[in-house]
Amino acid sequence: MSVSFKSTARYIASRDLEVAVNAAVTLQRPLLVKGEPGTGKTVLAHEVAQALGLDLIEWHIKSTTKAQQGLYEYDAVSRLRDGQLGDPRVHDIANYIVRGKLWDAFEADRPVVVLIDEVDKADIEFPNDLLLELDRMRFFVYETRKTVVATHRPVVIITSNNEKELPDAFLRRCFFHYIRFPDRETMERIVQTHYPDLRHDLAREALNVFFQIREVPSLKKKPSTAELLDWLKLLMVEDLPADALRTNEKHLVIPPLYGALLKNEQDVHLFERLAFLARRGA
Amino acid sequence: MFAHLIEGLRQAGLPTSITEYLTLLGAMKAGVAEWNVDDFYYLSRATLVKDERHLDRFDRVFAQCFKGLEPPEGVLPRELPEEWLHKLAERLLTPEEMAKIKALGGFEALMQRLAELLAEQKGRHQGGSKWIGTAGTSPFGAYGYNPEGVRIGQHESRHRRAVKVWDRRNFRDLDDTVEQGTRNLKLALRRLRRFARQGAATELDLPDTIRSTAKNAGTLDLKLVPERHNAVKVLLFLDVGGSMDDFVKLSEELFSAARSEFKHLEYFYFHNFPYERVWRNNRRRHDERLSTFEVIRKYGPDYKLIFVGDAAMSPYEITMPGGSVEHMNDEPGRVWLERLTSHYTRAAWLNPTPRNSWQHVRSIGMTSELMEGRMYPLTVNGIDEMARELSH
Repeated sequence: MSVSFKSTARYIASRDLEVAVNAAVTLQRPLLVKGEPGTGKTVLAHEVAQALGLDLIEWHIKSTTKAQQGLYEYDAVSRLRDGQLGDPRVHDIANYIVRGKLWDAFEADRPVVVLIDEVDKADIEFPNDLLLELDRMRFFVYETRKTVVATHRPVVIITSNNEKELPDAFLRRCFFHYIRFPDRETMERIVQTHYPDLRHDLAREALNVFFQIREVPSLKKKPSTAELLDWLKLLMVEDLPADALRTNEKHLVIPPLYGALLKNEQDVHLFERLAFLARRGA
Repeated sequence: MFAHLIEGLRQAGLPTSITEYLTLLGAMKAGVAEWNVDDFYYLSRATLVKDERHLDRFDRVFAQCFKGLEPPEGVLPRELPEEWLHKLAERLLTPEEMAKIKALGGFEALMQRLAELLAEQKGRHQGGSKWIGTAGTSPFGAYGYNPEGVRIGQHESRHRRAVKVWDRRNFRDLDDTVEQGTRNLKLALRRLRRFARQGAATELDLPDTIRSTAKNAGTLDLKLVPERHNAVKVLLFLDVGGSMDDFVKLSEELFSAARSEFKHLEYFYFHNFPYERVWRNNRRRHDERLSTFEVIRKYGPDYKLIFVGDAAMSPYEITMPGGSVEHMNDEPGRVWLERLTSHYTRAAWLNPTPRNSWQHVRSIGMTSELMEGRMYPLTVNGIDEMARELSH
């Protein structure tokens, strides 16, 4: 694959992310992406697919997801029912094998990008169960005695929110990238790419408020890029003047439409209390 | 080729393996990193580090391994005659030079300036005051001028840019000192898991379906069973106060992280030894107390009881009424412990102090005796042992 991944008009990737993605694509190994929620881990897979001109297969992991479901499932109930009704399909067990996302990816006509989203949500053994499949890009279908081998090794992007630790054997096979929270300069570029028609004064003030909120100690959930973008959109819809965000005093104020930034009531309370203290101090 | 980097990483405690090293070499060969040192840094980071907590350590080891080896920024390596660099490196190492370099704004500033001059210079130069050569003094002279009037050591903004990425230590915050590898502990705790089928019947029970279909003379009769759920219930009694405070945080983190391994997990706190009252919220221990009888009444004998404590105290706290350091207890601690262990037959005591020190403390021996020897160290092996014992 000669096309390499670069920042696009919609997605700002730092150089280290570009190198990590290109390494994973070139060596055909999975790329594990971690980072604070809302820093664009999932979006990355979409952008990589777009940049390389490949289709994207998304596999969202839940706490009940089993590794086997990504490969295939055997629908015994349908087969029993068809046997009852005398359907001729019943003689071939292959008719009742339901393909999983990885099978689809392995047997696609052209290479694809596979996103395994939030791998840490699943059971602690989940990554171990996929070791061989992701390493060799092949697996054995027990019911039909067939081995499915990837015609093209897909680009695999795995995201994790760090809820569970991943096994070493699994990590050893991946490239790893930790998306850091963007600094002010990068954030300005990100905002620019998402809302090119945002008024400059509003953007500046909003970013001031945003970074101020992130500095507040002991917030349960610090607002991240995704929340900032939502909030800016709200600000634009409401058409607030930049003055509404600006404070001449140094202390904190509760920003308008804070619901987009602060996501739990403890944080809102904490914020109100700090604002109150600051006001009294002034 | 980069073996010393791997060696350094392993010495720093990073779990870097040969596989990863080979991957890195493979990626280098495939030309993923263009021929510049930043890309190489990014590539080796993506290949060799798999946990953001290790990033800072990686940065430090990387800086150590490649200190002085990196080519000046903006200059292609092959354009630098080796002899110059050799001489320059030699000069850089003398203490006098180091002092002067500091005066110039540090090594980074110097390297940047050096890169610029090298780019400008066309041939080997002997002596003189501007060009770099064997006998020249220019790059090291404080506040010298070049023909364009650029003053060395004053371009703060440009110099800041030259700081190597790995020297910025962006990931310092992520390197925590918390003991790593709770995964192992979790896996050890998994032994405690016991599955039971409860709830709505959603899973197909194939053997039963076949049996019942056969009985029905071939008319399909589907049999479903509920999905298997984790059925382990755990009561956790944590010793707080004094020497135990550090350990409590660790064990709380451990058990809440392993929460998914249990169906129910309830915490209670006590001080030194369990008496007639325990509490749920350590911050409000004086107003939110709970009678130990209440606990026994509320949580049935199917719970497993795990104490976490160092069991280091005066023996009177165990044997005598009124022996508690905190309050007047009518019944001795051992009565309460016996009451608890007779109700909860599957009970164990985890002790965060090392096992070989137990014999020196009398109260530990007494507690262990009361627990019928089921005292284990708070380590992976200890938890594994405990889980094995409790899972019977």
